[in-house]
Amino acid sequence: MTAMRRFFSGGWLTVYAFLYIVFLYLPVIFLPIFSINTAPTPKFPLTGYTLKWYQDLPKTPALLDAAWNSLIVGISASVLATLLGILAARSITRYRYPGRRTINGLIMAPLVLPEIILAISMLLVMLQLGLSLSLFTVVLGHVLICIPYSMTVLTAGFEGFDRSLEEASADLGESAFGTFRRVTLPMVAPAIISSLLVCFTISLDEFVIAFFLTGTETTLPIYIWGQLRFAAKLPGVLALGTLLLVASFVLMTVAEILRRRAARRTQNEGGLYA
Amino acid sequence: MTAAAEGQPVFGMTRARRNALLQSESVQGFALISPTFLYALILLVLPILVVFAHSFWTQDYLTTDHTFTLENYRIALTEPIYRDLLWRSLYISLTVSFFTVILAYPIAYFISFHGGRHKSLWLFLITIPFWTSYLLRVMSWKVILGYNGVLNSGLMGLGIIDEPSTALLYNSSAVIITLTHAWAAFAILPIFVSLEKVDRTLVEAATDLGDGPLRSFLRVTLPLSAPGVLSAALIVMIPTVGDYVTPKLVGGKDGVMIANAIQAQFGKASNWPLGAALSVTTMLVVSLMAGATVLIIRALQRLAR
Repeated sequence: MTAMRRFFSGGWLTVYAFLYIVFLYLPVIFLPIFSINTAPTPKFPLTGYTLKWYQDLPKTPALLDAAWNSLIVGISASVLATLLGILAARSITRYRYPGRRTINGLIMAPLVLPEIILAISMLLVMLQLGLSLSLFTVVLGHVLICIPYSMTVLTAGFEGFDRSLEEASADLGESAFGTFRRVTLPMVAPAIISSLLVCFTISLDEFVIAFFLTGTETTLPIYIWGQLRFAAKLPGVLALGTLLLVASFVLMTVAEILRRRAARRTQNEGGLYA
Repeated sequence: MTAAAEGQPVFGMTRARRNALLQSESVQGFALISPTFLYALILLVLPILVVFAHSFWTQDYLTTDHTFTLENYRIALTEPIYRDLLWRSLYISLTVSFFTVILAYPIAYFISFHGGRHKSLWLFLITIPFWTSYLLRVMSWKVILGYNGVLNSGLMGLGIIDEPSTALLYNSSAVIITLTHAWAAFAILPIFVSLEKVDRTLVEAATDLGDGPLRSFLRVTLPLSAPGVLSAALIVMIPTVGDYVTPKLVGGKDGVMIANAIQAQFGKASNWPLGAALSVTTMLVVSLMAGATVLIIRALQRLAR
């Protein structure tokens, strides 16, 4: 009985929580470890420290092209998804109208549908419409899967928003646009930037949809996928993967800090988690 | 103003009333969401309808025959290869969602009940690996489980095994391990949210009335958090059925899943209608499985009360 009590009071749970964190992080940490190892195969014992796999990266034109493409796709997709997210999140949090829940459910649906289904169904329509596959079609696909995340971040940012501030501004003679620019926007700016960062990260890392919807151009995950066939290229892939991991980590940390600031401003807890 | 404007016929209105309607909440709200709504209609609903339509057609080399047929579904449901792939995908996704939920529950419980001031830090720590590239996380399991990989070389270095084991990679267990790891954070969040909503005074009341910690957990906390468990199970189960990357990278021959067959129909095999029928079948079967999970968890919840 005491053992049971101790279990529920947190002692063993704390141990479990730390083990769980190790389980979450350990696999990911092997990428950076072997990316600075001299041996070309990832195995123990480690043979020595080197940065040569990183130094080789900028000498690969195909990789630089892929990085550039990823950047273009990521920026376009995050801006478009955030714009569409702002409209929808504002509508959901500010207005009450019939069909609101259904529409919201539809917009959030890509979050829980198998990616392969989204990818092939968009592919079919795009080919039927005669669109040639390119980075543009990848952007279209990425916007669809980014909107739910953008919505989650933005609705949390918009929700605790005190509407009386806008009303006060209007009462004091500010126009609708002026109110938006001078009252609403400063309040929700952190949430908007947070949404841009989250969407950029998702687009940067997304593989399946990009793989199906691209023509001849590659993004970074597609480039990595192509390299995985060659065992000899693995260290370079590990180095590139490490850089991507660091990029995602930094972007998401900044997004989280901004999200919390947004939550504090509008006195509203929650967000990506709640 | 809005309550009056809503639900009234649009015909024969005076100008003033039409203006009132235009300014009403419903119209403004709908106008604001319509671009996003349209986007989802064009790139989500329309494509799924097109897939649905294709599944009833046939393809003859490069031209599509638009006469209605159920032949694709006959192939999808009776050809042993597709039936096996579908069963395996279902089995893998069920196993994965079972393990992710079982492993995630204690963590969610710990953060909710013992997280204290550091709740959001814990949540942040747990979600960060999830935000890194899915492809890279799958790749790291390939590095770990491979013949010349981390686990084999590590175990050999410790003298536990003499030669590398080939049993680690390229089978459905490797797929299950990788997916369980990849979806961990997705299961924690909904469970955490539902645990946060559990009224702590109810747990106290159960303890005051003589229930031990285990009994009060089983009779109060667990049933009250069932909705979170349910959405965690669904949020993992539905997308993993259609996973493409993991089986391709770590599954080998034994770990191939239905998504790989669907991809083949749109790639090499180039039989779109069959690929469409396989997609629709997968969606239907997933929906059935999700529905069954809802019923089972609701029944268990009632039983616990």
